[in-house]
Amino acid sequence: MTEMFILIPGRTSDQGCGISEGKFQEKYQKQITSLQVAPGDMERLALAEGDWVRLTTEFGQQVEVAVTAAKKDELPEGLLFIAYGDISSRLMGGDTHGSGMPTSKGIDVELEVLRSETA
Amino acid sequence: MASVGSVEPGARSELTVVEDAVCTFCGCVCDDIDLTVENNHITQAQRACVLGKAWFLNHAIDDRPSCLIDGQPAGLEDGYQRAAEILTGGKYPIVYGLSDSPCEAQRVAVSIVDWIDGTIDTTTSVCHGPSGMAFQGVGEVTCTLGEVANRGDFIMFWGSNPAESHPRHFTKYSLMPKGMFVPNGRKDRTCVIVDVRKTKSAKAADIFLQIKPRKDFEALWTLRALAKGIELDARQVESETGIELSVWQDLMDRMKAAKFGVIFFGMGLTMTRGKHANSEALLALTRDLNAYTRFTAKPNRGHGNVTGADNVVAWRTGYPFGVNHNRGYPRFNPGEYTTSDTLARGEADCGMMIACDPMANFSQPAREHLASIPYIALDSKETPTTRAATVAFTVATYGINAPGTVYRMDDVPIPLRPAFKSPHPSDFEVLSNIETRVKAIRGVRS
Amino acid sequence: MTKDLIKISQGTLYDPANGVDGEVRDLWIQGGRIIAAPSDPATKPARTIEAEGLVVMPGGIDMHCHIAGPKVNVARKMRPEEKRKAEVISRTDVTHSGTLGSVPSTFATGYKYAGMGYTTAFDAAIPPLGARHAHEEFDDTPCLDKGFYVLMGNNHYVMQSIQQNEPKKLKAFIAWLLTAAKGFAPKLVNPGGVEVWKHRQAGNVSGLDTEVDHFGVTPRQIVSQVAQSAQELGLPHPVHIHCNNLGMPGNWETTLETMRALEGRRGHLTHIQFHSYGGGEGDENTFNSKVVPLADYVNSHPNVTIDVGQVLFGETTSMTGDGPLGYFLSNIYGGKWFSSDTEMEAGCGITPIKYKNKSLVHALQWAIGLEWYLLVDDPWRVVMSTDHPNGGSFLAYPQIIRFLMDRTYRQDVLKTCHPLVGRRSTLADLHREYTLNEIAIITRAGPARILGLTNKGHLGPGADADITIYTPHENKEIMFELPRLVIKSGEVIVEQGEVRDSRIGKTLHVAPAYDVDAEADIQEWFEKYYSIRWRNYPVDPSYMHQPELIGSPNHGN
Repeated sequence: MTEMFILIPGRTSDQGCGISEGKFQEKYQKQITSLQVAPGDMERLALAEGDWVRLTTEFGQQVEVAVTAAKKDELPEGLLFIAYGDISSRLMGGDTHGSGMPTSKGIDVELEVLRSETA
Repeated sequence: MASVGSVEPGARSELTVVEDAVCTFCGCVCDDIDLTVENNHITQAQRACVLGKAWFLNHAIDDRPSCLIDGQPAGLEDGYQRAAEILTGGKYPIVYGLSDSPCEAQRVAVSIVDWIDGTIDTTTSVCHGPSGMAFQGVGEVTCTLGEVANRGDFIMFWGSNPAESHPRHFTKYSLMPKGMFVPNGRKDRTCVIVDVRKTKSAKAADIFLQIKPRKDFEALWTLRALAKGIELDARQVESETGIELSVWQDLMDRMKAAKFGVIFFGMGLTMTRGKHANSEALLALTRDLNAYTRFTAKPNRGHGNVTGADNVVAWRTGYPFGVNHNRGYPRFNPGEYTTSDTLARGEADCGMMIACDPMANFSQPAREHLASIPYIALDSKETPTTRAATVAFTVATYGINAPGTVYRMDDVPIPLRPAFKSPHPSDFEVLSNIETRVKAIRGVRS
Repeated sequence: MTKDLIKISQGTLYDPANGVDGEVRDLWIQGGRIIAAPSDPATKPARTIEAEGLVVMPGGIDMHCHIAGPKVNVARKMRPEEKRKAEVISRTDVTHSGTLGSVPSTFATGYKYAGMGYTTAFDAAIPPLGARHAHEEFDDTPCLDKGFYVLMGNNHYVMQSIQQNEPKKLKAFIAWLLTAAKGFAPKLVNPGGVEVWKHRQAGNVSGLDTEVDHFGVTPRQIVSQVAQSAQELGLPHPVHIHCNNLGMPGNWETTLETMRALEGRRGHLTHIQFHSYGGGEGDENTFNSKVVPLADYVNSHPNVTIDVGQVLFGETTSMTGDGPLGYFLSNIYGGKWFSSDTEMEAGCGITPIKYKNKSLVHALQWAIGLEWYLLVDDPWRVVMSTDHPNGGSFLAYPQIIRFLMDRTYRQDVLKTCHPLVGRRSTLADLHREYTLNEIAIITRAGPARILGLTNKGHLGPGADADITIYTPHENKEIMFELPRLVIKSGEVIVEQGEVRDSRIGKTLHVAPAYDVDAEADIQEWFEKYYSIRWRNYPVDPSYMHQPELIGSPNHGN
């Protein structure tokens, strides 16, 4: 089962603190590897906290990542959020369309639920 | 080199307090932090926010070697020499980063690039580079943060989440201060936040507008049209932006009624499809509004001295970022000489990464190419970039161990007040030593 | 042979400050300064520069240009388009690369000034909050001694002190501010008008007697009281004034009133060309020159000095501390516009402009500038400037010299201009031609005297050995654009346009004495309103490259 979403990577407070505490520390790593999903989308896709999904971009970049429910109404349905880091970078294309800036927010991704297939 | 506030290390077990120290974690560059220092460790950072506390309290001296060559501990002299050989050995050397270095070090980095006919680029190209390009198109009406505090009665944030990225923004500069012409502080200001999600900042807003993702350009042009009194199709506006026309009209009425409006904008605009066209729409809207009242705009810059990097690169080369010297003089072309591109296209054949982490933050093709070429990394912490570097220098942390000058996001230069000395060299020292060797190799007598 | 002793042999010297007008003499240099000829005729210099048949003058001094600091750098960032098509500045084994266009990069600025025989330059408008930035750029601007003027005509503490009738506070504040910024002179830019710009849409004052919002003071009070304080402080260059109403038709009356507001005190009116217009109501048809009555006033009032702000035809960038002016110009030209308001202190406006000889207004501006040089009788009180880059680049100075020394050339260019210029100005009737001695006055000896720089602008013993040697040429533009040799602090830095030595040069600053007890009041005000901390505001001396204190040292602090 797959569905299209728009991914918004961004800064979070914990991710910012993690930069100072060390990028190889657990806090930072946890922040940048948790995909936030709107509670409504979680329910509709029957996703539980910690379940895994696969994200694929139109250019073929692909990651697998664990999900967590976004807080209250922070995220509208159809949007995904992840803190800047290795995962979000993997989903950016190399092309900057002549701007120097890769499209790093508002990325179209195909979401595939993996659930119990991955530990 | 300015030596303002360099502090001798206190005797062991002695407790020192550094007043009005400067936090360089984000572009707010708060210069009112009181640091308590015990045994070369900061134990308190008064007035610092959560990001600032993490910054100050976690920068004890890293016990890594000051220099690693191919992952093995090495002497600094050997590191400098190897670095100079790498930089002078390539055909397309790139130097990148700089946004967490003081201006004094940035200046040396630009010198090195000049001597090696290289390309200099800063992290601006992947944060507000598009805003810099927009600025070259339409200009910018702006002000210092003190003007916002003293005059701003209508404060808008667009695609920016200061509650998580610039935690003291609201209290120190934009919403809470009781200013000269806004004596009641928050009560005298209207706060509007526009974003595609309801961020933690949204709580601070009087009006929160959640627009459709990737529709910033359309939303901003809706406001430009309304500012000029152009009639719009209500259905089209709502379907494009996700917000009713009447809401936009109400917003425009409030903007025109403000005495001194300010729009802070973030990477929600610059990193999203449209990029510089988004920033340009916002800067043009701000300009338009000056036909009715006073309005200003300002990008919320991320890193502590990314604004200094823009300034230093501009005053030395004439261009703000993405500057190529392959012909012996500076040329500017974003998309061509910017680091994401020179790496992802496989053009750069050696490099130096200063206080930045492209191995974590760049696209996969860019990272793969960087990993395949010899490069030097300077950072006070271990990062994916330092781990993959040919020569990695562990440097003293600017503002905590090393002195210098940083520019706040509004271009106000502020001197650093380091708290204690590091056994590691500063990036100024490392770069100066590399420059000496580069000059010797290249026959420069300046 | 005496070590580090240099002799410039048998040059034709123009040293108006010492009454030397084209006399063949030897010049001796040691330790970076000019010295008296050794009494022992057997003394042999380590180096002799043969200057027979060449013209020797002190190094040029630009007393009003925009070359460093926040707004200059914004203009660099804003205008990539003009650099890509400009002459390139390639790096060499002794020099950095750079870019030109109307706002050159720091290194290019230094090399190009020196290449033209200039060795000293003053940036005319630095907001004190950006002073540290200006010093950092100075440290990357080679071949020149440099200083800057500190914006204070819209400073809240200045206006508040005047409003509260506290002249002692005002005087102490000016001294404190100059010292904190490590600046050279007080600068007034559209006094009061920039504050009004911050309060209202298109806000500005309309003349000397408009009250400033919130502060209730007038531009006239600001001019006269800052001039008074500066006089009492004994500043080498008391007050440098950019009048209200720059560029507006009919503004000549504002300019006249500003000179009157000095009430006999010393004052320098800058880029006066932009302030000498008749007409009104914004009607182009009434735009005309009012240099004659203004020059009459200057001629009869020795307390007033001016620089011109000559306009040249072509593209350039307007940059000013005059925020409302930037808005006005951007609306006229319709191009990109930068504006920035600096808390408590100042404003700023930047926009690209193009002066066209077929435009009546532009051609009149060009003619009005030249009228000023030709109608002020005393060359010691008129200084060459383009208000770089506002009227044009400093690189136009050799062309201006040709306009002044060659009336045929001047009239030929006038003929290419809009036909009404002849009727709306007196330029067609002016036959005066400058002599080399007069050129030496308006480009070096005069500005040195006006700035109170006793070691510059002359070739007498004790002077800084900043010397330019020119090859005479009938075409004075050719003569002045490519000096044979340029010597800075006793070292040859440029030979025939090639930079040999890219030393950075000195920072010239003042530190007048003031009552330190006054600081408590300043600090209380500062901490209430500024967004940075009091102790992080003053510029540490380490930011200055080879600082040289001009005037009496600061005893108060």
